[in-house]
Amino acid sequence: MGDKLKRREFVRKVVEGSASVVLLSVCGPMRSLVQASDGEEPAAYDATKHYYGMGVQIDHCIGCGKCADACKSENNVPREPYFFRTWVERYTIDGDREVHVDSPGGGIHGFPPPATEEDIMRSFFVPKLCNHCDHPPCVQVCPVGATFKSQDGVVLVDQDYCVGCRYCIQACPYGARYLHPEKKAADKCTFCYHRITKGMLPACVEVCPTQTRVFGEIKGRSSPLYRLMKMEEIQVLKPELNTEPKVLYTKLDGEVR
Amino acid sequence: MEAHFAELGALISQVSGFIYPNEIELQWSILIVIYPYLTGLVAGAFILASLEKVFNVKELQPTYRLALLVALAFLIVAPMPLQAHLGHPERSLEMFLTPNGNSAMAMFGFVYMWYLMLVLLLEIWFDFRADMVRWANEARGLKRFLYRALALFSTDISEEAIAFDHKAVYTITLIGIPSAFILHGYVGFIFGSIKANPWWSSVLIPIVFLFSAIVSGIAMIVLIYYISSLIRGQQPKMDCLNKLASFLLYALILDFSLESLDFIHRLYESEESIHILSELIASRLFLSLTILQISIGTILPMLMLAFGRYSRLPSELKRIIYVISAVLIQIGIFSTRWNIVIGGQLFSKSLRGLTAYKLEMGGQEGLITAIGFLILPFLIFFVLIKILPPWEDEKETVPAALEA
Repeated sequence: MGDKLKRREFVRKVVEGSASVVLLSVCGPMRSLVQASDGEEPAAYDATKHYYGMGVQIDHCIGCGKCADACKSENNVPREPYFFRTWVERYTIDGDREVHVDSPGGGIHGFPPPATEEDIMRSFFVPKLCNHCDHPPCVQVCPVGATFKSQDGVVLVDQDYCVGCRYCIQACPYGARYLHPEKKAADKCTFCYHRITKGMLPACVEVCPTQTRVFGEIKGRSSPLYRLMKMEEIQVLKPELNTEPKVLYTKLDGEVR
Repeated sequence: MEAHFAELGALISQVSGFIYPNEIELQWSILIVIYPYLTGLVAGAFILASLEKVFNVKELQPTYRLALLVALAFLIVAPMPLQAHLGHPERSLEMFLTPNGNSAMAMFGFVYMWYLMLVLLLEIWFDFRADMVRWANEARGLKRFLYRALALFSTDISEEAIAFDHKAVYTITLIGIPSAFILHGYVGFIFGSIKANPWWSSVLIPIVFLFSAIVSGIAMIVLIYYISSLIRGQQPKMDCLNKLASFLLYALILDFSLESLDFIHRLYESEESIHILSELIASRLFLSLTILQISIGTILPMLMLAFGRYSRLPSELKRIIYVISAVLIQIGIFSTRWNIVIGGQLFSKSLRGLTAYKLEMGGQEGLITAIGFLILPFLIFFVLIKILPPWEDEKETVPAALEA
């Protein structure tokens, strides 16, 4: 009797336990949504617990420009084709190893067919953005400290503090900064800081149809970015400048600057 | 704003090769060209003044006070184009209040204040103090009060006091020479330390800045000394002009050697950037670099100065040669600043293309504003010499311009 009861209790517990595990695993990701709709405060964001980077898989990119478009919408980047937080470049290398690069309108509306299709040795797209350097020259030169590296590794600009001297724009080797024509302050990619601190992905990553961009923790062992770094050969842009970028490219051609 | 976008749109047609999309807007305009030009004149004029005081070059006595006042006039204007260029000029004080210790630019305020307050103003004050006391004693009313106030209400013109003034001037000049080097070498460092830009990133840039500063400063004093003498109806002293021409020639040769070294070094090392930089020099900078800076602004005045200085020409002709050389040198040095500041932004950091700079006439960063900043120092100088006449022959009399 006692044994029977024990067994029944055991079975009940197993069923309950596994049910709750299933329930939790289904509802867990939805929790943030539920909390948001309830108006309940999500756990405060702790920058010291994160260290962000982005992987860019060149051989995945189809040059659709959705990332650059989404970025402009998400971050109120002026629509004019002279201001970009992220853009896409097309490299075309011909038989004489002559390199042609273009990025019409930052690639937002895709790319026109190449002038001649003959004699193209290889061609590929390269999405570009702020490299969130670990050793950022822009942060070094800012006279008032308005641009800084956050504890989670993201390079940010305090636009209410920026004096608009543009020294940071000169110091960035990647052309990733511009002076916001309305705010008169330096502007650049923030990895969509307003999103990632809520557990969401940057807009460009969210919309990419080919998963070219992999966002995540650069130090976390279980992150997709870490997995990418483990499986693929990783290169960064202009490594000779010792800026230590945290935007990591796979299959990056030596011609890309 | 719409007009600004239209300008940027028009520039796209002038791009050759590939540039990063954010690079179509050139960030540092003609105002930033003027800034090193003005500080260069300050440093150069001051170094010339120190030659007389510290190295006892007696021939330069007539230009000593002139040079100090020229330096002050240009120093007062030097930060103005910077201020006008800022996106948020109202926040510029933050550079003093919360400077970023790692930023070369953040040090500007401190270098500037050190130089203005501790070197230039102090030296001028000690040098003019006895005169100001004397002028105050001879004058009446408001003018008396002005000179008393300028002399900070000191009245002692005993021999001991004047000896102390001389000693102070000597000491300040000793500190002033390295300070002038720092002032302008530092401006060069702002550019030279940008590793992202191969046109700027060179350890020689601060040194080249310094020597070109000395060249431009001496040339400016030649011009101002000559013109002010003419206006005052006096013959400029020929031994003074000859000495100025000699120093100008030496400085010009040094400056040109250093710039050639920089050029040859880049060419010989032939780094990744050499292709785009060669293209830059051959196309966008051909007029301002090859013609204006090197040919008309350096080599021609160098030959003219050497000829004028070491030939047996009549003094009148020599004077004209010196003055024309000095004008050419100003054009050359302004072109140098242009080629560094604007030239450094005309190629893409992708090293695959060139962009263009369109100088506007009006507007905050237009040509008219720029010319205003270039004229302003002369107006300030004019006021300064009315209050503190630097002329040797008028030392004893009360400045006439201030007579009621």
